[in-house]
Amino acid sequence: MRVSLDQDKCVASGQCVMAAPEVFDQRDEDGVAVLLAVEPAEGDADDVRHASAVCPVLAIHVEE
Amino acid sequence: MTAHAGNIPPTALSEEPPEFPMPRASGCPFDPPPPLRERQREGALTRVRLWDGSTPWLVTRYAEQRALMADARLSADITRPGYPSGAPVPPRGNSIGFILMDDPEHARLRRMVTAPFAVKRVNAMAPRIQRIVDELIDAMLAGPRPVDLVEAFALPVPSMVICELLGVPYADHAFFQENSKTIINREVTQEQRSAALGRLTDYLDGLLGEKLRAPQDDLLSGLAERVGGGELTRREAAQMGVLLLIAGHETTANMIALGTLALLRHPEQLAALRDTDDEKLVSGAVEELLRYLHITHSGRRRAVLEDIEIAGETLRAGEGVILANDIGNRDPSAFPGDPDTLDIRRDARHHVAFGYGAHQCLGQPLARLELRIVYGTLYRRVPTLRLAAELEELPFKHDGSVYGVYELPVSW
Ligand code: HEM
Ligand code: SF4
Repeated sequence: MRVSLDQDKCVASGQCVMAAPEVFDQRDEDGVAVLLAVEPAEGDADDVRHASAVCPVLAIHVEE
Repeated sequence: MTAHAGNIPPTALSEEPPEFPMPRASGCPFDPPPPLRERQREGALTRVRLWDGSTPWLVTRYAEQRALMADARLSADITRPGYPSGAPVPPRGNSIGFILMDDPEHARLRRMVTAPFAVKRVNAMAPRIQRIVDELIDAMLAGPRPVDLVEAFALPVPSMVICELLGVPYADHAFFQENSKTIINREVTQEQRSAALGRLTDYLDGLLGEKLRAPQDDLLSGLAERVGGGELTRREAAQMGVLLLIAGHETTANMIALGTLALLRHPEQLAALRDTDDEKLVSGAVEELLRYLHITHSGRRRAVLEDIEIAGETLRAGEGVILANDIGNRDPSAFPGDPDTLDIRRDARHHVAFGYGAHQCLGQPLARLELRIVYGTLYRRVPTLRLAAELEELPFKHDGSVYGVYELPVSW
C-alpha cells in the first residue's frame, strides 16, 4: 500500500490521526496532517483505508 | 443505493414541497421527523419550503450529502443569492466567524486556530477535564435531589473547558450562556439575535484588549498576538472568539444531557457502558450517540455557485441546498442493520454529526474527549442514576438550531 497526502487541502480535522495514529500526525504550528509512513505496515492498512474514507476533504489517497 | 426500497413515484415530484424544518413525531424525541425518512426512501434529493416561501433542495441520503459537502461549488456564505437561511439574513459584517465564509478566507482564518485543536494537544487536556468532571459530580452528589443535570453538570463541563482553552473567565458564564442560547434559538427575532451577537462580540473584543496588554497562555492571547502582528483585524479575532465560545459549549452540553437521557431509555446499553473496562466501547458509544442523536438538526445549509449534476438532478447556480444530516446518519446504506436503533457496539465512526468537507467541526477532537470522559465517568460514579420526570414532561429544544433538552431532572 502507498499513501499520499495533499496538505494544501487539509483542514486539520484530525480524523486521520484518530483513525491511524501510526501513519498520521499533525504539525505543531497549524495542525495540518503529516504522513509518517508512505508505505504503511500491513497491520495498519485497514486503519489507513478508514482514515482515507473519513477525511472530510478527500486529501488522503491510497494505492493498493 | 440498494438499501433504499422503491423508486420515485412520478406524483411525488409534482407535490407541493413540504415545510422545513419538520416536526418530530410525538413520543419519539430521538428520531428525525418521519417525513424525512419517507423522502429518503423516495430519492436522494427533494424540495422543501422555508419560512420565506423559497424552495431549496433537501438532500436526504448519506452518499450524496458527503459528496456535496466536499464540493467547492457549494458556498457556506449566508449572503449569497439562494442561501437557504433559517431566518432573515443579518446585515453584512455582523457575522459569526469563519463558519459562514468560503475559502480562501475561511481557510486563512481557520488555520489560525487549528493548532490548539490538534488531536495530541487536545488529548493532553484529559487529566484537567477528568478533574472538572469529578468535581462537578462530587458537588452534585453532595447536593439536594432531584437535580437538573443540565445546570449542574451538562452545561458547566464544556463551559469550563472552553473557558480554560480560550482564556475566558468562567465567572462570566451566566452572561455568555444566555447570549449563546439566544443566538442559536431558531424562533427569536433577527433583532434579538443581532443584539445577543453584538453583546458577545463586544465582550470578546474587551477580552482581546486585555490579552493584548497582558498575554497569557491561552487561545485568545494567541489571537491577540496575531492582531498585534497585523495578521487579522481585532473584529475578525473577536468574531472568531464568539464562534469558538458558542460552538464550544452549547453543542457538547446538549450531547451530554440528551445522550444521558437516551442511555437512561436504553438501560441494557447503559449497563454495558457502565460495567466495561474497554475504552474502545466507550469511544464507540460516543460515536454512536453522535450519530443517533445528531443534535445539529436544522441541516447544513449552502448556496450553489455553479450548476452541479447529482443523483439525476441538476442543482442550479443560485439555488439553495439543505443537507439533512440527521436522516443521513440514519441512512441504511451507510449504517446497515437497523439504523434507527441505538447500538453502542456499532461501528459508527463515519457518521456526519460533525459535518463533512472544509467546514467539518474544528472542535471535534475536544468534543470527543469530553464525551469519552463524561460517558466513561458519570454512570460509574452514579450507578443508580435515574430520570426524575416523565419523558413526556421534558422540555425538548424543538426551537433550537441545536437539539437537546432544556432541563433534565435526575435522581439516584
Ligand atoms: C458534540 C459536540 C459538537 C457537535 C455535534 C458539533 C457539530 C458541528 C458541525 C455539524 C459543524 C459543521 C458546520 C457546517 O458545516 O456548516 C461544526 C463546525 C464547527 N464547530 Fe463543532 N460541534 C461540536 C463541538 C464543538 C466544539 C467543542 C468546538 C470548540 C470550539 C466546536 C467548534 C466548531 C467550529 C469552530 C466550527 C466551524 C468550522 C468551520 O467552519 O470551518 N465544535 N460543528
Ligand atoms: S483527515 Fe484529512 S483534513 Fe483531517 S487532518 Fe487528516 S488529512 Fe487533514
